[in-house]
Formats: sequence, C-alpha cells, structure tokens
Amino acid sequence: MTLPYDKLREDFVILNQIVNDEPLVYLDNAATTQKPQAVLKAMETYYHTSNANVHRGVHTLAERATTQYEAARETVRRFINAKETAETLFTRGTTTSLNWVAKGLGEVILEPGDEIVISYMEHHSNIIPWQQMAKKKQATLKYIELTEDGQLDMADAREKITDKTKILSLTHVSNVLGVVNPIKELADMVHAKGGVMVVDGAQAVPHMPVDVQALDADFYAFSGHKMLAPTGIGVLYGKREWLEKMDPQEFGGEMIDFVELQDSTWKELPWKFEGGTPNMAGAIGLAAAIDYLENIGMSKVMEHEQELVKYVMPKLAEIEGLTIFGPEDVADRTGVIAFNIDGVHPHDVATAMDMEGVAVRAGHHCAQPLMTYLNQPATARASFYIYNTIADADTFVDALKATKEFFLNGLN
Amino acid sequence: MALTKLDQLYRAVILDHSQSPRRRGELDKATTQIELKNPTCGDVIQVQLALENNTITDVRFDGSGCTISMASASMMTDAILNKTVEEALALSEQFSQVVLGNETEKKRELGDAMMLSGVSKFPARIKCATLSWKALEKALADGGTGVDNQLTHE
Ligand SMILES: Cc1ncc(COP(=O)(O)O)c(C=O)c1O
Repeated sequence: MTLPYDKLREDFVILNQIVNDEPLVYLDNAATTQKPQAVLKAMETYYHTSNANVHRGVHTLAERATTQYEAARETVRRFINAKETAETLFTRGTTTSLNWVAKGLGEVILEPGDEIVISYMEHHSNIIPWQQMAKKKQATLKYIELTEDGQLDMADAREKITDKTKILSLTHVSNVLGVVNPIKELADMVHAKGGVMVVDGAQAVPHMPVDVQALDADFYAFSGHKMLAPTGIGVLYGKREWLEKMDPQEFGGEMIDFVELQDSTWKELPWKFEGGTPNMAGAIGLAAAIDYLENIGMSKVMEHEQELVKYVMPKLAEIEGLTIFGPEDVADRTGVIAFNIDGVHPHDVATAMDMEGVAVRAGHHCAQPLMTYLNQPATARASFYIYNTIADADTFVDALKATKEFFLNGLN
Repeated sequence: MALTKLDQLYRAVILDHSQSPRRRGELDKATTQIELKNPTCGDVIQVQLALENNTITDVRFDGSGCTISMASASMMTDAILNKTVEEALALSEQFSQVVLGNETEKKRELGDAMMLSGVSKFPARIKCATLSWKALEKALADGGTGVDNQLTHE
C-alpha cells in the first residue's frame, strides 16, 4: 500500500471502536469523513488561545482570530490554486455554495428562454437550486444523458450545450457512480458558447488534486466535512469577474462598508459575500485538514483509493447477483462503489452489514433523478478514504457474502 | 459471526412473509386505495381495502421495499382482515407501540406482526415496519370512503 495506514489510523480515534461486537469498518466516507487529531487539535487551540470575532475588534485576540481565519483562506486558495483569496469564499458547505451561485449568477445572466444544463448524475444540491432559478427566470433546465456504464454521455453533452446555454453545472465526481467527469473539456465546450461553467466538487476535492484554473471552472464548490474537516464549513471559488457582478445572498454585519438609512454599500471581495460572524473554527479546521492531506499528497490519496478499488472490484464481480453501478474500469472512478444484490433490498444489506461492523449507506444518496434513471428505488454504497485498508476491503467483501447468504438462503 | 444477531430482526416468519407475501396484488372492487411513499428510502406501498358496513372484508397490498416493509404489509393484511374500521385503527396504534419496544394487550390480534417487535432495537428501520400501517390509517381516515387517494409522504 502507498500509505502508512497503520500509523495513519491512529490519528482517527473514532475508527478504533467496536460496533455490534465487531471492529468498526467505516465505509460511508462519501457521506462524511472522520476527523484526525490534528484537525481537532487545531480547533481546540484556536478556542484556547485566539477566539474572538473576526474583522471587528482592535484587541489582540480579535487580531489573532482575523489573522488565522484569513490564513485559512490562503491555505484553501493555494490548495485549489485559485488566483487570489478574493475568489475564495467560505460558506457552510457545497449546498450553500451552489445556492449562492444559482441565485446570484442566475439573477444576473438568465433571461426567459435561456437554458441551464445539468446531468442525470447530479446530487440534489446541484439540481434544486437550478430548478428554482429556472422557474423564476422562465429558463429551461436540461439534463445530459449518461452512457450505459454510467459515464457522462459526451455526445449528448455536445448536443445539449447550445448557444442558449447560459449555465452548465456539473459534478466533478459522482457521489453514486464514482465517475470523474472531464471538466476542462466541458468548460471549453460551454465557454465556446458563451456560457458559464459551475462545478460541484464535493466528491472531487477530498480525493484528488484539483486546480480550478487548470479546469477553467468559473465556479467550484466543495464541503469541508467530506475531507477530514468539521461540518459547517465549505468553499465557493468563483472567478472575480463573476463575483463582482453578483449580489451577496446574505445581508447584515461583516459584509458592509457603509450603511445608510435606505441603502448600503458592500465590502470588497471576498467579504462582500460573508454576511454575519463566520465559522472561524471551521475555517481553521479546514486549513488543518488541508495541511494533513497535503502532507500525504493528493496524488497519493487518489492512488490509495484506486488501489483499494482495484483490489475490491474483482472480488465483488465474483459475487453472483451483485450489480455495480458505474464504470468497470477502475481508472475511470474514485473510491465510491454503489451496488445492489439481486433479491435483497439495500436497506436490508446495510442493516446486515452494520451487524458485521461495516458502515455502508443505503438509499437514494440525494440523487433521486439518478435512481430513476438507473431504474433502482435505492442502492447500497461503500466509499473508501485514506484510512481504509485492504483488511477493510476484505471485511467488506466477507460481510457482503454473508449478507447475501443470510437473505437468500434463509436461517439455518 | 455477528450476523446471528440479525435473527432478532429477521425472524424466519418475517423472511417468509417477505418472500411469500399474503394478499399481494389488486382487488377487483376496492372501496379505498392509497399509495404511500417513504421519500428517504424509496419504498412505495399501495393498499387497497374493500369496506362493507364498516368492516374490512378484503385487502390487498403492492409495492416495492425492503424485507421489513414488505413483510410488515403482508402481516398487516392478516391482522386487519374482517376487522371493523375502529378495530383496525386500534391495532395500528398498538403496532406502533410494539415497534417502539412497548407492551401491548393485543398480541393475539396482531398475530405474526408481533414478530416485528425486534425492530425496536434497529431505530433506523422502524419506519420500514410502520409504512403499511400508516397507509392503512390514511386509507381509513374520513370513514375510508375516498378512492384514488394519492399521498407521497410517510
Ligand atoms: C456530489 C455532492 N454534491 C453536493 C453534496 C452536498 O454537500 P453538503 O451536504 O456538504 O452541502 C454532496 C454530499 O452530500 C455530494 O456528494
């Protein structure tokens, strides 16, 4: 294995526990990841030494808190290679980021009859904000089809992206199929038509190197909690030219310059968007998570997950009646594996796996249109991360076999 | 092997009901029908009732869902057949107590449905067990006279 995972696991206290009399194997990382000591420590230190409201005081703690919060922003900027910190906004998470873009950008550029293009593999948070905006602006929402093996159908993309397309909003990595979409190619496609490229990076940034400039994304959203950081902190990257044109979605303290009785002026970027006291400890935790991941190396993180998937896929293929959704070729996917066992409902699978100590998710994964598209009411899903091991993969496969046996051959 | 603990939840009777459900299908003459979906897990259930003089003279269910929800629906049809509307509603109330781990005096009337008491140890699965009963309650609301009631919530 590429990672010193035995040592690495010690950093995650939560993993070292017994669940239902079995050692915990946590395979629900696409939902949220566990937090290493370094992240918890950074937040604790912040609260123990520097906590104060940012940008508001002249006293020493306020200064410290502000410096650390803005240093966290710089860490994020460097991590995704944004041109400047002004383009790096802190949000509550991907959902908030995408809602800000949909509302702010939609308001500025959509006219009746315009088109917004998304795909069948989107998470609800990259569907509903666009549905709402489309309704409001009498725009049309179009969906790019998927190929047989669950990849974005590029031929269909070329057809759906037209002169009427004002916004193309796609996930970088699917939270169900695990496929990685060719964002740069798609950005070029929509730019050629004069449209804007919005990317949901919730499942990409935690798992692979991401360079927003190289991708030429106009907007890029992700969540801290899926990459070792706490909940309640996320990022919206946006190109300055667009952010300048957009209105903030939250008005109040922190984001204004001058407030008069009937009107006010906004601060400059990025603060214009960050109304109210921000999640300071969260931002600091996110920076610590980035440090932790960079210390390993994002390419290593990706290699590790691919190695696990490469190991586990053939073993899964041997289980009769087991269907894996998404591409077979490991090179085309991350550590997310959605599957079903013929004749066994995914909820029963997840309960049975839980009895074996294996945490997997079952349900629609906030992707109901994709479930309909796949003609599945729900699926089970295992998702790997840096602290998962070959031993975890083996436990997962054994538990799956036992589960299938239990439900299909009944009690002995 | 911790799977043996699953026996608490998936008793043989339950697996049998889910694999060979009773009264699955459609009634020729339903006086009430309802569809209920659990949006969090995608389970869908249709319940059809034939009511005569305030008594459930026949019942069918159909739908798709997990072992627990399908077995529970099948068991429910056993329990409510030939019961009055009031009796059926009372059983539904008792069943919701059973899956919370509480006692009931209607063990005999609930019949096989009592086997689902183990679900109380699996809080995430309680809704699976109650889906069909919730559908029944909705179908019986307002005297159970409506046809083509379509509901899409738990
Ligand atoms: C692809 C994708 N987009 C968006 C989200 C939403 O992220 P959050 O709930 O952190 O806002 C998730 C995760 O839930 C996701 O997997």
